Amino acid sequence: MKNLLKTVLLAGSLALGLAGAILPAHAVLEIDVNKGVVEPLPIAITDFLSGDSLGADISGVIEADLKRSGLFAPVDKAAFIEKISNPDVAPRFSDWTVINAQALVTGRVTTEADGRVRAEFRLWDTYAGQQLVGEQYFANKANWRRISHIIADTIYQRLTGEKGYFDTRVVFVDESGSKDKRVKRLAIMDQDGANQRFLTDGSSIVLTPRFSPTRQEITYMSYERGQPQVYLLQIETGQRELVANFPNMTFAPRFSPDGQKVVMSLLRDDGNSNIFAMDLRSRNTQRLTNSTAIDTSPSYSPDGSQIVFTSDRGGGTGRSQIYVMGADGSNPKRISFGEGVYSTPVWSPRGDLIAFTKQTAGQFQIGVMRTDGSGERILSSGFLQEGPTWAPNGRVLMFFREAAGSGGPKLFSIDLTGRNEQPVPTPHFASDPAWSPLLE
Amino acid sequence: MSRIETMTKAPVMLALAAMLAVAGCASKNEIPNSAADLGIGGAGAPGSPQEFTVKVGDRIFFDTDSSAIRADAQATLARQAQWLAQYPTYQITIEGHADERGTREYNLALGARRAAATRDFLVARGVPGTRINTISYGKERPVAVCDDISCWSQNRRAVTVLRGAGS
Repeated sequence: MKNLLKTVLLAGSLALGLAGAILPAHAVLEIDVNKGVVEPLPIAITDFLSGDSLGADISGVIEADLKRSGLFAPVDKAAFIEKISNPDVAPRFSDWTVINAQALVTGRVTTEADGRVRAEFRLWDTYAGQQLVGEQYFANKANWRRISHIIADTIYQRLTGEKGYFDTRVVFVDESGSKDKRVKRLAIMDQDGANQRFLTDGSSIVLTPRFSPTRQEITYMSYERGQPQVYLLQIETGQRELVANFPNMTFAPRFSPDGQKVVMSLLRDDGNSNIFAMDLRSRNTQRLTNSTAIDTSPSYSPDGSQIVFTSDRGGGTGRSQIYVMGADGSNPKRISFGEGVYSTPVWSPRGDLIAFTKQTAGQFQIGVMRTDGSGERILSSGFLQEGPTWAPNGRVLMFFREAAGSGGPKLFSIDLTGRNEQPVPTPHFASDPAWSPLLE
Repeated sequence: MSRIETMTKAPVMLALAAMLAVAGCASKNEIPNSAADLGIGGAGAPGSPQEFTVKVGDRIFFDTDSSAIRADAQATLARQAQWLAQYPTYQITIEGHADERGTREYNLALGARRAAATRDFLVARGVPGTRINTISYGKERPVAVCDDISCWSQNRRAVTVLRGAGS
């Protein structure tokens, strides 16, 4: 996966001059993702030139990525006027503006002498008549989907000013069998549902996988030794390791932002649960809470200085709420005050928001609030849904939802406006998604 | 007589084998002792898992998001404690469960709290703590699978599972 090589394609003499000289100055093409309602940007994505179907395959993945983001509206290929025959030459911009394509993507795929694939692409601003990006990538042919996602990320970043999230993976729990004897397997896939494979065999219940921010590693909870415990799993080798052999259940694990610690809940003898952090090198544990309450679902702020968690320490029956404390356990403070029960807080990778599950009036909602608890917004509401996880750019959440009577959960993504909800394809029922960082 | 016994035993053994095969989390010497799981109706012999399940009652139920032992549950646990005193070779595992109307990690903690509350009640009634293990299944192992309150109330439970052979 590391043998992706990127070089920049200069605009070149071919494309320059002509465009800049003739066309009037034009505002830089950019999508303002902070606006309340974003009008999707019309973009024409041509099939990359190639001797086989690979060119069309790559542009198809790019188009699907951009469309699912909700920020782009790919123009129907049937409307295209100009047929790109040489992607090194500036296109006839008027052929693209007349079909209202504000951006244009062209490219070419060739095979190198050593068997690697070379993918070149250019992103054009059709109204300004300018090349915005020109790059080429070399990779094994087997990695063609990654090349496509990287190009889609490059386009997304150039046109929104935000980092992309398409070259990422999702680890989740695949569910099969009847509900009372459900078989659960850890599985991993690309964020668009492709390249799915299993990481465990289904012989034990496995729950709540989470990606390491720094390594090809996940932490999760498993019943494989009877008493449920937190484990580490190396994605590439399949090697599993018990994080700590406590006499009581450990659960709700999550990595620290530097990847050096796992923070989790440990069951006390009295039936309550407190939060501990374990240093993965020294295996030293640090107690972070000490309450006769349920303290669980800890999640670090991206700078590692704070932890958001769920607790019912406020009393009353089942009043689980969201609290923030220092990473050393200091100064815990409740931040959720709305009508209902709050849980599963997850700190945004941007640091600005906390995503959560809220139960109110018999419904389960996915929402976000600022880190002081203000500005709560509900993005999605349903019969049973929970477990939000952030895309690495902090613009999109994935979660799982079970419709009443459907028999099991499926995965969905939703953007921060709450307007662009998309099903994430999985072959079976699926739950507990966790989004990876951008791949290296 | 013996022929009928053989015929009635066969499905029980099959059900038992299926349970062990599916429940990868259960250790091999655990005895699934729910009447429904075993597919039997009779009360069973004195001191048998069947008697414990059917006559004594192997499970108690909880209110929503609560681990308080209700009055009806106290009566069941009192019978369990008495029976366990009478048959002291059994070890037990108390499984704590939650319904699906909560989030996964919170429900793991809630199931653990219910198992602990059940254990503490039995210990107070004289069952040695050394005979008792607890485990939480959160909302992972519902017994009733409809999408309304009639099922959820059955799933909020603690089940006392006998381990080891009786005398």
